[in-house]
Amino acid sequence: MNHAQSVARISTATPVAHWLQALRGALVLMVLCGGLYPLFTVAIGAALFHVQSTGSLIERDGQMIGSALVGQPFSAPGYFHGRPSVAGYDPFAVSGSNLAPSNPTLRERASVSSSAFSAANGVAPTAIPVDLVAASGSGIDPHISPAAAEIQIDRVAAARGRPRSEVAGLVAARVERPVLGVLGQPRVNVLQLNLALDALGSEAGVTP
Amino acid sequence: MNEVLLIYAAALLLAWPLGRYLAAIYSATPTVLDQVFGPVEWVIYRAIGVDPLAPMSWKAYGKALLKLHLIIALIALVILVQQGWLPANPDGVEGMSWDLALHTTASFITNTNQQHYSGQAQLSYFAHLVAIVSMQVITPAAGIAALVAILRTAFTQRDATASTPEGAVSVGNFHADLVRAIVRVMLPVAFITALLLAWQGVPNTFMGARTVTPLDTGTGLAEQRIPVGPVAPMVAIKQLGTNGGGWYGPNSSVPLENPTPVSNFVETIAIVLIPMALVFMAGYLTGRRRLAILVMGVMLSLSALLTGINIWSENQPNAAFAGLAADGPNLEGKEVRFGATATALWGSFTTQTSNGSVNGMHDSFNPLGGATTLMDMFINATFGGVGVGLINFLLFLLLAVFLGSLMVGRSPEVYGRALEAREIKLICIALLIQPLLILGLTATAVAIPGLAQNSNPGFHGLSQVLYEYTSAFANNGSGFEGLGDDTVWWNLSCAVALILGRFIPILAPLALAAHLAGKRVAPMTSGSLAVETPTFAVLTLGVILMFALLSFFPVLALGPVAEFLSLAN
Repeated sequence: MNHAQSVARISTATPVAHWLQALRGALVLMVLCGGLYPLFTVAIGAALFHVQSTGSLIERDGQMIGSALVGQPFSAPGYFHGRPSVAGYDPFAVSGSNLAPSNPTLRERASVSSSAFSAANGVAPTAIPVDLVAASGSGIDPHISPAAAEIQIDRVAAARGRPRSEVAGLVAARVERPVLGVLGQPRVNVLQLNLALDALGSEAGVTP
Repeated sequence: MNEVLLIYAAALLLAWPLGRYLAAIYSATPTVLDQVFGPVEWVIYRAIGVDPLAPMSWKAYGKALLKLHLIIALIALVILVQQGWLPANPDGVEGMSWDLALHTTASFITNTNQQHYSGQAQLSYFAHLVAIVSMQVITPAAGIAALVAILRTAFTQRDATASTPEGAVSVGNFHADLVRAIVRVMLPVAFITALLLAWQGVPNTFMGARTVTPLDTGTGLAEQRIPVGPVAPMVAIKQLGTNGGGWYGPNSSVPLENPTPVSNFVETIAIVLIPMALVFMAGYLTGRRRLAILVMGVMLSLSALLTGINIWSENQPNAAFAGLAADGPNLEGKEVRFGATATALWGSFTTQTSNGSVNGMHDSFNPLGGATTLMDMFINATFGGVGVGLINFLLFLLLAVFLGSLMVGRSPEVYGRALEAREIKLICIALLIQPLLILGLTATAVAIPGLAQNSNPGFHGLSQVLYEYTSAFANNGSGFEGLGDDTVWWNLSCAVALILGRFIPILAPLALAAHLAGKRVAPMTSGSLAVETPTFAVLTLGVILMFALLSFFPVLALGPVAEFLSLAN
């Protein structure tokens, strides 16, 4: 293909022929890119990564209890609580607040969260880790920061009647560190932490 | 900070060999690749009924591009409106309204992916794949085709002692350029990326939503339906093709779409990978490596500057939480697994490249962070959209040649070809329609009561409207998403901005390239303006910044800057 040359062959095709080419091109490329590519990828990917492919679901006692990738709301004092969600943790209604820092509505919402948390845990508002006041982007953030878990240990241990050190040990064991020490933030998956708590409780016959 | 440097370094290290590969694909000499991909392409050419070797004038090339896009758009429009009874709809999604379907089609056929809907609830699997994913593969490939046509026509070395009329200049063959980009680049790279994402936990299935029973039954949420689907192949191509339109409404902030820091690493690199690779490709393809170094240097400087401000800004506390929580970065609208820095980096990359995917909500960024994302989109040539970003950059470069030559009193010429009135007119059309359209539409929406539908009060309300039109014209697709944008006004006015913002910056430069290529080449002398020098790189950087600032400084002052100052008190 020497593109430096000028147009040697003048196309004799009619405009109708050009539209027909466009139609055939559209159909062929849409089947290739929108049909074959995703079908092939799903076939290979689902075979290689079976558990992940259907949403990383978690089963307990034969019941689907949640997904490791979808946060859940918690209100009982014996459970660790996740972040504020404007979607009410409904994965079909995923959303962030989209409130600007200058919007008075954001401050009102934050002050409700802040005083509720402050009262329930007996800590000063300025001690609350910010991820417990700020709503997540997805509305189903499954994680909280390690600090946000640690500040809830006293409340959870008291509600469950278990030694603080036991609950603290559970939290420490479930902290996920940045990959290779670089990628991502330290974090705790709230659902998995609470499932581990329940597993403790069932050994001793205590429910939250 | 290490995460940021690692991502920049990894992206550059991957883009370099990919750029060499792209240059090999479009080189005039046959390569071993022809034996691998040739038979597949031969089948496609036969099915379409085209001769991939037939040379085309810029007009024929442009018409073939426009006609193909129009037909694909019509098919997609029908699918979106009729998806309710079409197959692969396990969650029972209904058809779209006409204006929403029109906006969605315009948005995806222009490689923008601005979404006035939420995919997990408003698109069937069939519509997601056949309408949306196919446009996400084809439109960036068309961007590559246009870029390659322009580079080979106006920037390759050749001697022409006599001039040729522009209609007789071949810019290449559209079908060959397009199909090669799809078969040899977009699909293989997307396949590998999709598998990496599936491994990290992005759903990859044709089963419908699963219902689970949450652990704490006292919260009022009796069950959760977990929306899944063939998400991985879509997320891969939306990141790689500067598309940005995700499966779920809040895009890659949703853990199902971006589950881990590793998937975030992959997706962040995928945003800039092909736009960076095309700069390397330009160097190898045209034989002008110093030009490619100049372009990459200017782009990296702009990127580092604006990304740096954004990262600093998002690590400042959100003013709304003062006294209500411990001091920390602005985490409103952000996910704990990524944190403020990785979200700001993504926000910068996605606006610099016209990708438009997000892993956190830009509407809740601190004011200066939000301002940098707007600046990125005004410039729209820091890597830029696949193909079109570099085309935009080359326009700025020609403008810098023009201004630089006049400043030192030479007649403006680039690589021996004179820049004359017609070239400057085409450059001006391509560049000036941007502020005209964005500011005009913003002013209209703000001035007429009831149109804007902004959800935040005050200065930020103006920023929301400005962001939406800027994003539409830049073919970016991200948004200050609090905006109530599924209205007839927004759907139609954005569709206009989308289409003009896509096709004028492709067709005007294509005409310009053909016109330049037809000119007699004057020999380089010591009096010619030296383009491939650091001095000229600085001049280009200055021209880009001045153009963006002069056009948009007043509205930036009224929006994010005013918001920043009001919060600082």
